[in-house]
Amino acid sequence: MKRSLFGRIWPNATAVILFVGFVFPVYWMFATAFKPTNDIISEDPVWFPTNLTLSHFQKAIHADHFWTLVVNSVTVTVLSVVFSLVIALFAAFALARMRFRGRRGLIVTFMLAQMAPWEVMIIAIYMIVRDDDMLNSLVPLTVFYTMMVLPLTILTLRGYVAAVPKELEESAMVDGCTRMQAFRKVIFPLLAPGLMATSLFGFITAWNEFPLVLILNKDIEKQTLPLWLSQFQTAFGDDWGATMAASSLFALPILILFIFLQRKAVSGLTDGAVKG
Amino acid sequence: MSVQTEGTDTAGEPAVRKARIPGPPRGADRDSGSPSRRGVAAPYLLLLPALLATVVLLGWPLVKNGMLSFQNLNPRQLIQHLTEWNGVDNYKEVLTGPDFWKVVERSVFFTAVNVVLIMAFGTLIGLLLARLGKKMRLTLLVGLVLAWAMPYIAATTVYQWLFAQRFGVVNWVLDKLGWHSMADYNWLGSQFSTFSVIILLIVWQSVPFVAINLYAATTTIPRELYEAASLDGAGAWQSFTSVTLPFLRPFLYATTFLEVIWVFKAFPQVFAINEGGPDRLTETLPIYAYVEGVGNQHFGVGAAISFLTILALLIITSYYLRMVLKQEEDEL
Repeated sequence: MKRSLFGRIWPNATAVILFVGFVFPVYWMFATAFKPTNDIISEDPVWFPTNLTLSHFQKAIHADHFWTLVVNSVTVTVLSVVFSLVIALFAAFALARMRFRGRRGLIVTFMLAQMAPWEVMIIAIYMIVRDDDMLNSLVPLTVFYTMMVLPLTILTLRGYVAAVPKELEESAMVDGCTRMQAFRKVIFPLLAPGLMATSLFGFITAWNEFPLVLILNKDIEKQTLPLWLSQFQTAFGDDWGATMAASSLFALPILILFIFLQRKAVSGLTDGAVKG
Repeated sequence: MSVQTEGTDTAGEPAVRKARIPGPPRGADRDSGSPSRRGVAAPYLLLLPALLATVVLLGWPLVKNGMLSFQNLNPRQLIQHLTEWNGVDNYKEVLTGPDFWKVVERSVFFTAVNVVLIMAFGTLIGLLLARLGKKMRLTLLVGLVLAWAMPYIAATTVYQWLFAQRFGVVNWVLDKLGWHSMADYNWLGSQFSTFSVIILLIVWQSVPFVAINLYAATTTIPRELYEAASLDGAGAWQSFTSVTLPFLRPFLYATTFLEVIWVFKAFPQVFAINEGGPDRLTETLPIYAYVEGVGNQHFGVGAAISFLTILALLIITSYYLRMVLKQEEDEL
């Protein structure tokens, strides 16, 4: 098919414009974070900063409670991802490999649970947690984050379990493995990429969660990074350099994880073993 | 028929902040039939932890929410742990008050504008991706993924900075373009401008999901269909409407519903950008429930608003699930 010059140029030109539009906010976050304050509050924006500084990052990480909040966020996120993976692995195995009454209904239930409007349930959760005297604690956060990511973890893992050929498992059992051993030695290793991809979903959900921690933990010592970040700008009085440094620090793990795990998950799946 | 809605694999499933029903390959489970004679209870035991968690951590809060909405629960009752049932008073107050319906109208309008923009741009960009050369496509994909991966609150603070009154880039650009009254414009000062910022933010974050998945779906359209269409003398537009569009239709329906649900209950961006201000004029239903219930300490009334919101979402969600289940009948 021959296309006119115009017909060849416009898609590329549009793509460039769109690329700039989508990347610019991310770029501007990092650029501002590394710029000296003079370049930030200049009448004309400095599009490409030349003299870079780390002072904003220093200010952000030396902010009160920063490291406590990092530890809180990491703890809550990692624990809830691990818990949900363990619980989901059992469920996913049953849903993918076994036939039983109510299976379809359960899958639909988890689909429904995945769409649960947590943002609107926070008042009820607040009352439950308060009645149990658990406000300002990381335990309810971990527990509810586990539940938030559980349905998707189950549904996704179910797909990965189903993708492991049943014959592998059966031949392991013929060779004398119990079903449990077959699972542990044969299926589990093949599930690794699936587990990683799935944990990425959970990690991002938990790392990002905002409404629940907003309502449950008023004690700064027990908060997490999203809440801290949302109040940072007010607390630091329009110090955009430090605010953008804080945003960058918060966003970086996710951006890295996204790029890293995404490739891993895809390559793992296309590696030989899983091909039927 | 399931490929269209499931065709997210090629993007390596970067979905997350809004990930949907699983994308990974399926198939083996269709013929995995042999019922285990030894352990009829085995599957139920394996599912027990997940079910227990769902009932206790999701089911109970939902029931609790319903119960709270029939209680008179203000600071006094809260502190003294009193349970005062007051029938449907909360609902009466909410439904007959002037604010609620205004907020409903606003939420519906807000959702509609967002979803229309997201679907329009997402579809166009997805189709553009399919048309681009390899290098250019990869470049644009990287840009889309970056926007997609940005955590909500980080993105919100960045937008606050982009639209800052002093030294914000947007005002500078508008000023240079000749719109001088915008030089020191306070974007968070009025309802319309605040919503504009929020909508831009949400559309920017949501378009990549639609675009990337739509592109992935177009790659699953069999080439032969286009060849057949062009043999029949179809032009570019005709092959688009007779091949591409029908093929993508189920995907587009499903995605539209998902976006409606996600935008309708969006909390972090709407709240963090200006806490529902100015003058509570940018409160959508979830924010309104939070501000009434927690901010103003009318927990019972807040629960009633939440409950009505949950009901609305449940109706939309069940429509969505019915649609998806119909498409994936054979997968279950």
